[in-house]
Amino acid sequence: MDDQNAFAAAFALMLRLDPAFVGIVGLSVRLVLSSVFISAAIGLPLGAALALARFPGRDATIVVFNTLMGFPPVVAGLIVYLLLSHSGPFGFLDLLFTLPGMIIAQTVLITPIIASLTRQVVEDLWAEYAEQLRSLGSSALRAIPTLLWDSRFSLITTLLAGFGRASAEVGAVLIVGGNIEHVTRTMTTAIALETSKGDLALALGLGIILIGLTLLLNAGAFVVGRLAQRVAG
Amino acid sequence: MHAELSILPLAVENVSFAVRDTTLIDGISFALGQGKRTVIMGPNGAGKSLTLRLCHGLIAPSAGRVLWQGPAAAGAKRRHAMVFQRPVLLRRSARANIAHALSLAGLGHGERRARARLALERFGLAALAERSARVLSGGEQQRLAMARAWALAPQVLFLDEPTASLDPGATRTIEETIGLFHADGVKIVMTTHDLGQARRIADEVIFLHRGRVLEHAPAAEFFEQPRTAEARAFVRGELLW
Repeated sequence: MDDQNAFAAAFALMLRLDPAFVGIVGLSVRLVLSSVFISAAIGLPLGAALALARFPGRDATIVVFNTLMGFPPVVAGLIVYLLLSHSGPFGFLDLLFTLPGMIIAQTVLITPIIASLTRQVVEDLWAEYAEQLRSLGSSALRAIPTLLWDSRFSLITTLLAGFGRASAEVGAVLIVGGNIEHVTRTMTTAIALETSKGDLALALGLGIILIGLTLLLNAGAFVVGRLAQRVAG
Repeated sequence: MHAELSILPLAVENVSFAVRDTTLIDGISFALGQGKRTVIMGPNGAGKSLTLRLCHGLIAPSAGRVLWQGPAAAGAKRRHAMVFQRPVLLRRSARANIAHALSLAGLGHGERRARARLALERFGLAALAERSARVLSGGEQQRLAMARAWALAPQVLFLDEPTASLDPGATRTIEETIGLFHADGVKIVMTTHDLGQARRIADEVIFLHRGRVLEHAPAAEFFEQPRTAEARAFVRGELLW
């Protein structure tokens, strides 16, 4: 099959909403949204706390989190695999080769990214706000929600970085999910598989959808951020 | 506000403040009582802002003590507020900025609403209540910072060069709002390097130079007959460092 035919076949797949195709896209969207949501719920307050807390070993902790931003997905996948496998400590949960298992693996990858970027954003804002907030009687702990809310426009970019990592990632979900058809097959693992099998149409179709969704999300975030910033200053 | 017990007088006793080996405040002592508007003057780097921050409790002295000595001294922490040269306003509406400060002060929802409305009206900001604080002009932002401080019902208000970044019109408005606080019986303690402003506002002057108190005198006396050579030069408008 030459490249032009692959493109045509890809669009045909998208247009007739092929059930297998739709299933893969749906699973990927659920995976990415869940992972980013959980990572944000952990990473935003964690990053803000790290920005405000002063304790021995703080610098080392920051370096560790920054390093974890570039953690190799296959290694994260391997660790989560070992933890969830039947002989592992969490084997009794039966999460290996399931969607929740993949969400755990991606949360391990994305939480440090969100926490590290949040730490930087909130620390800069704290430098500006600290005196005023302390004058008003705010403790550092009480300042965390205030600072997160006031850096909301900058944090959109932080969340997008998490989305980018989650949607593009293949190594961890492949190892923990196993790329099982109808169960744990995502866009990225399917693209890898179909390409190696030679089904370029499906791979290309999924690739176009993946890039399209990412573009749509980023454009949406950009517009929302701009509008909100214009109103809120 | 007049009937309640006061946190004043404030005694600053032999207070020093040093960063590493550099002494920035060098054993200052003074007492502040009720009623009079105190203006802290001096050239740049004299330690005016540091002195306010020491009084307000934002920084701790390296040596010496800052003591609230009034009958209500135990609850002093929540009874003095500060307005900074550049107001830090949150990215939310003018009203929400005041409500946030009141929430930090531990007030319930109903009282937050009522007091925020009162403060916005009192300072002529009612029409701007729902506008984002960050899009207000410099003068409006400082007025909002004053309204926020007023909503907290302080007994003492510290002002650190509150008009240094403002144009003359906005400066006059801020000076008028300082008058509102004074009329409510709030003790004013303010720094400025603007002689004209000091003459308009001060009842008494504390003159700082290189981290030391050189003079603490009634305003008329300070401006007419400064006792030290440094203060005489400063009042004449000569450059001093």
